[in-house]
Amino acid sequence: MSLDALVRVRRGVMTVEVPLAVDDGRVVAVLGPNGAGKTTALHALAGLVPLDGGHVRVDGATWAGDGVHRAPEDRAVGLLAADHLLFPHLGALANVAFGPRSRGVDRRSAERRAREELDALGVGDLAGRRPSALSHGQAQRVALARALATDPRLLLLDEPLSALDPATRPHVRAGLAARLRAYAGMTVVVTHDPLDALTLADHLVFVEDGRVVQEGSPAEVVQRPRDPYVAQVVGLNLLAGVGSGTGAGDAVTTALGPVVTRDGGADRDAWVAFAPSAVALYDERPHGSTRNVWSATVGSVELVGQSARVRLLVGAAQTPLVAEVTAGSVAGLRLQAGTRLWAGVKASEVTSYPR
Amino acid sequence: MTTATPGASPEHGAPVRRPRPGLSRPGLSRAVLLVPAGLGVALVVLPLVGLLLRTDWPRILENLSAPLVWPAIRLSLLTTLATVAVCCVLGTPLAWLLARADGRAASWLRAVLTVPVVLPPVVGGVALLMAYGRRGVVGAPVLELLGLRLPFTPTAVVLAQVFVSLPFFVLAVEGAMRGVDARYDAVAATLGASPLRVFTRVALPLAGPGIASGAALAWARALGEFGATITFAGNFEGRTQTAPLAVYVALQNDPQAAIALSIAMLAVSLLVLGLLRGRWLR
Repeated sequence: MSLDALVRVRRGVMTVEVPLAVDDGRVVAVLGPNGAGKTTALHALAGLVPLDGGHVRVDGATWAGDGVHRAPEDRAVGLLAADHLLFPHLGALANVAFGPRSRGVDRRSAERRAREELDALGVGDLAGRRPSALSHGQAQRVALARALATDPRLLLLDEPLSALDPATRPHVRAGLAARLRAYAGMTVVVTHDPLDALTLADHLVFVEDGRVVQEGSPAEVVQRPRDPYVAQVVGLNLLAGVGSGTGAGDAVTTALGPVVTRDGGADRDAWVAFAPSAVALYDERPHGSTRNVWSATVGSVELVGQSARVRLLVGAAQTPLVAEVTAGSVAGLRLQAGTRLWAGVKASEVTSYPR
Repeated sequence: MTTATPGASPEHGAPVRRPRPGLSRPGLSRAVLLVPAGLGVALVVLPLVGLLLRTDWPRILENLSAPLVWPAIRLSLLTTLATVAVCCVLGTPLAWLLARADGRAASWLRAVLTVPVVLPPVVGGVALLMAYGRRGVVGAPVLELLGLRLPFTPTAVVLAQVFVSLPFFVLAVEGAMRGVDARYDAVAATLGASPLRVFTRVALPLAGPGIASGAALAWARALGEFGATITFAGNFEGRTQTAPLAVYVALQNDPQAAIALSIAMLAVSLLVLGLLRGRWLR
């Protein structure tokens, strides 16, 4: 029992084409920058946007494609958007009972079901409140209860936490994660927040300009990004390179010149990745064990607690790299935009893998 | 240019115009705005004051009991209520469909529905006669098949009022319904709500205040309807003579009855305005 979809929707000059497969009880996260087509894909699954090609099949039944287009009300979906979109004229309980009532359940059963859903998300005591009397976090939980109260086969979450303030987001995220573990159906969550994706999902799909650029398990993606956007999301420096193809220990040629890596240049087409924290900064060219040294210019410095993210433009091609150094180094090296310095990465900190 | 000689512009060497003694320039320019504004207010308020001053207040109840007054008021009340009912029943779904439609057809329909708003009511009456009259496009077959004659009946009064007030209602309600976030429709649909249920359970409650004010607007328009009514429905006492027609007739032979009826209609209009504004009287 599963979702098997190939969403193809034309949107202006861009065509969104995203294949998605989700099994029961699994959560797939779709990540991508704004305008990548994530929400369009989600709306196509819900039936709010017609397909221009491809198909949506759930448990073997065709919801869309092959000349079929089931209306949203004829699909077993639940949708939760960034804005809770609770009906302002109904109380929390009536909002949650709206779905079952719309699907023909009698009032008493619908309200009992609504109460169970609210209790499961820890907001049962708010049943009588109007949405205007709920905090953002509470409203989002009520909205999740509403989406689940119809027993959807497919739960669609569209940036479910992005509208919440940073203080409430972790609580709602934890509640959402716990509820999703108990949910038997399939979930597709669209987000641009890597933390949402890593904590909620079993499988990540990265979409850029309507196309899938990488997918895999969170662990796999975090270790081996294969796309600049993915690398940025998981916080790694990523370079495309060409190896010698002959054996380990050789350098991989990248936009920064030859890069000596831990794994060597065994692959012809290779990705080279290293963490920002592996990048050391010097005001003079270092002499020592560091094998990869480049001259660089500071683009910007952003202090986060005791450490700083330094955006660098490296080498002749001004390749962007990110370094993470201590606040002490920022002061010691007097880092500011335009500062010229040297960046070094030890070979043991650099991984390479086939492209 | 940090220092400038008073009365002279350092760039051009031409003298800067000094403020004229007496009326200062800001005061003058304000007066230029105030005079037309005040005249405008006077043009609206003076007739109302005149009506109030010329009313024979001690004998107003007596004047209101003139024979033609009560049937006219009763007919006006019944027909305008019927008109508002027709507007609500037919106009609300129409407004909803228009609010959610985006296409050339919807634009054209909206334009056609606006015509009665700008059309002289008498022309509307003529058009109604051509449609529902004895030889009208609809009137002739209705007369032949059902033996029903529409013109010069209370039904004709309602038809005339609907013709002029339905557009007001639809445009007002459509505006309110456009204000209902379309994402609510989408969420309701994913929850399993049919389009009809979305209309009744989401659109109607959320546009409720807009529908109420649209109904009040339509009712006020119907209450004042004169031209289309007298052209299409005639002026028969007790059958088609609504309050505005009665005022017009009474003015010729019983001016105090006309004034009393006018005062009654003014009071009712103010009441509607107060309901519309909510806190108007505070």
